[in-house]
Amino acid sequence: MSAPPPVTIVGAGPAGLAAARAAASAGARVRLIDAEPSPGGQYLRGDALAGPHGGAAGQGAHVPDGAEHISDTEVWALEPLPGGGARLHLRSGPADGSGGARTADAPVLVLATGAHDRVLPFPGWDLPGVVTAGAAQALAKSQRTAIGRTAVVAGTGPFLLPVTRSLIGAGARVAAVLEANAPVSGWLRCAGGAAAGFGKFGELVGHTAVLARRRVPYRTRTAVIAAHGDGVLEAVTTVRLDPGWRPLPGTERTIAADALCLGFGFTPRLELAVAAGCATTGGFVRVDAAQATSAPGVFAAGEPTGIGGAALAAAEGEVAGTAAARACGHPVVAPLGALRRVRAGRRFAAALAAAHPLRPGWTRWPRDDTPVCRCEEVTLSDLHAAARSASGGRAFRLASRAGLGLCQGRVCGRNTAELIGLTDDDAQRFDRRPIAVPVRLGDLADGT
Amino acid sequence: MSEHLTVTVDGERATAVPGQTVAALLIGLGRRSWRTTRGDGRPRGVFCGIGVCFDCLVVVNGEPDVRACRRRVADGDAIRVQHGAETPS
Repeated sequence: MSAPPPVTIVGAGPAGLAAARAAASAGARVRLIDAEPSPGGQYLRGDALAGPHGGAAGQGAHVPDGAEHISDTEVWALEPLPGGGARLHLRSGPADGSGGARTADAPVLVLATGAHDRVLPFPGWDLPGVVTAGAAQALAKSQRTAIGRTAVVAGTGPFLLPVTRSLIGAGARVAAVLEANAPVSGWLRCAGGAAAGFGKFGELVGHTAVLARRRVPYRTRTAVIAAHGDGVLEAVTTVRLDPGWRPLPGTERTIAADALCLGFGFTPRLELAVAAGCATTGGFVRVDAAQATSAPGVFAAGEPTGIGGAALAAAEGEVAGTAAARACGHPVVAPLGALRRVRAGRRFAAALAAAHPLRPGWTRWPRDDTPVCRCEEVTLSDLHAAARSASGGRAFRLASRAGLGLCQGRVCGRNTAELIGLTDDDAQRFDRRPIAVPVRLGDLADGT
Repeated sequence: MSEHLTVTVDGERATAVPGQTVAALLIGLGRRSWRTTRGDGRPRGVFCGIGVCFDCLVVVNGEPDVRACRRRVADGDAIRVQHGAETPS
C-alpha cells in the first residue's frame, strides 16, 4: 500500500496556517506553500527587519513541527489533475527573479489565498502617494516605514482603524479617517454584530482609543473624491456623501497630505480556485460544511470563500485542514469547535458586510478622463466607448483592454463590471487568469 | 542592526538592511515614484503593496518588471527606475 499523499496548502496566512496545524495533528504530511519569506500572510505579518537574515514570523504565525514550509514561492499556474487535486507550477526565489521553476502534484489541496484591498477610482487615484490601506499596513508592520508624513485614511470598514494605528506607530501624522458609511461602532452594538461574540469588539475599541488620544478626526459619510499633485500627491478633496454615496455639492474640503490610504473592503484572490475548476457563487468560492469545493480534492478556506477576517479564516482553515487530512486517508475527529466558530464568524461577516456595503453613488466619482484600469490606462470614457461597440464580456475586454495588463484585472475588474453594468458571468471573466503570476519566458521553458 | 547591504539606486550608492523590500528602501530615500507607464508616461510607485497590482515595477540588476513591494534587497543590487515597457538588458 502506498503512503498517503500529503496535504498541500497554498497560502500561509491565518487560514493556511490553521489548515496546516489541523492536518498535521491528524497525522498528515503537510506542505505549506507561500509567496512570502515568513509565515503569517497579511494579517499576521511579522517585522521583516527583526532578524539577522530578514524577518520574524508574525505573532501567532506558527508553522507546525514537521510541516514542510515552502517559502518565497509563488504558484504561477495550476492545472486540475484527472484523479482530483491539481498540478501546481511553482517558482521559488527572489520575487520576479529568474529560475527556480518546478511543478508539484497536489492530489489533496487547500487553497488559502486570501484577498487584497478593493479601491474605487476617482480623479487622481493613480498619483504616487495614493496607496491601498493594505500597502500602508504592510509597509508599517513589516518594513517600519510610513508611506508618508501626513496621511488621510479613507474608504469603508473596520480595517481603516488598524491601518490608522499602524501609520501612527510608524511615525506618520493621520490628518483624518474618512468612513463612507455610518459609524463603525453602530453595528458593533447591534445583535448581529457584537452578539456574534467574535472577539473583535475589544480590538476595535483599542484602535478607536488610539484615534481619540491622538485627536485624529474620524468623519463618517465622507469620502475623498479627488487627489491632487504635480507628479506626487500633495492634497485631497473630501466631500460629504448622501446615504447612497452621491457627493453632496458644496461640502468639498481640501486637506494637505502626501499619503492617501484607501480601503473599500476586499477582493478575494480567486485565480487558483478558478483554474482548479472550483464553482463560484456571487464572486466567492462555493464550499460545503467541510470547506470542500466543487473540484475533487480541492478545499478552500478564508477570504476566497467570503470576506470575514482572520478569526473566521482560521476557523475555516481548521475545518479544511481536518477534511483534507481525512481525504488523504487519515482518521480524524470532527472539529466541532471550529465548525461552531465558522458559523459564528459567518454571522459576524454578514453583519459586517451589511454595515459596510459599497453604495452605487461611487460610480459618479470618476470623471470621463479618470483611468479605471491602471495597467492599460483605460479611462471611464474608453470603457463606455468599448461597451457601446462590443457585445459580451470577452469582446468588451478586448475592445477596451481593461483588465488585460499585468495585474490582469485584479484592481479594476469589479469596478469595471459595476461601471459598465456587466452581467455576473461576464464579470467573472476577470477572475480567470491561467497565468496567475507573470513569469519570465526562460522559466516557462524550464518549468513546465 | 549591524549588518548592512550596499546597493545602488539609479547609480547612487545606498545602504539597506536585511529583510528590507526595494519599495521600503526607495520610500526611505524619499522617493515616491520610480516607474513611468507604457502609454502616457505617468509616474507610479507603490499602490497595493502586496504584489497584486504591478504598479511599483523597477529594474533590478538589468531585469525589468520586478515588483519593488515584494523583492527583498540583496547586497550589490543595482536598482533603477523603469521607463515604460523595458526588455532585459
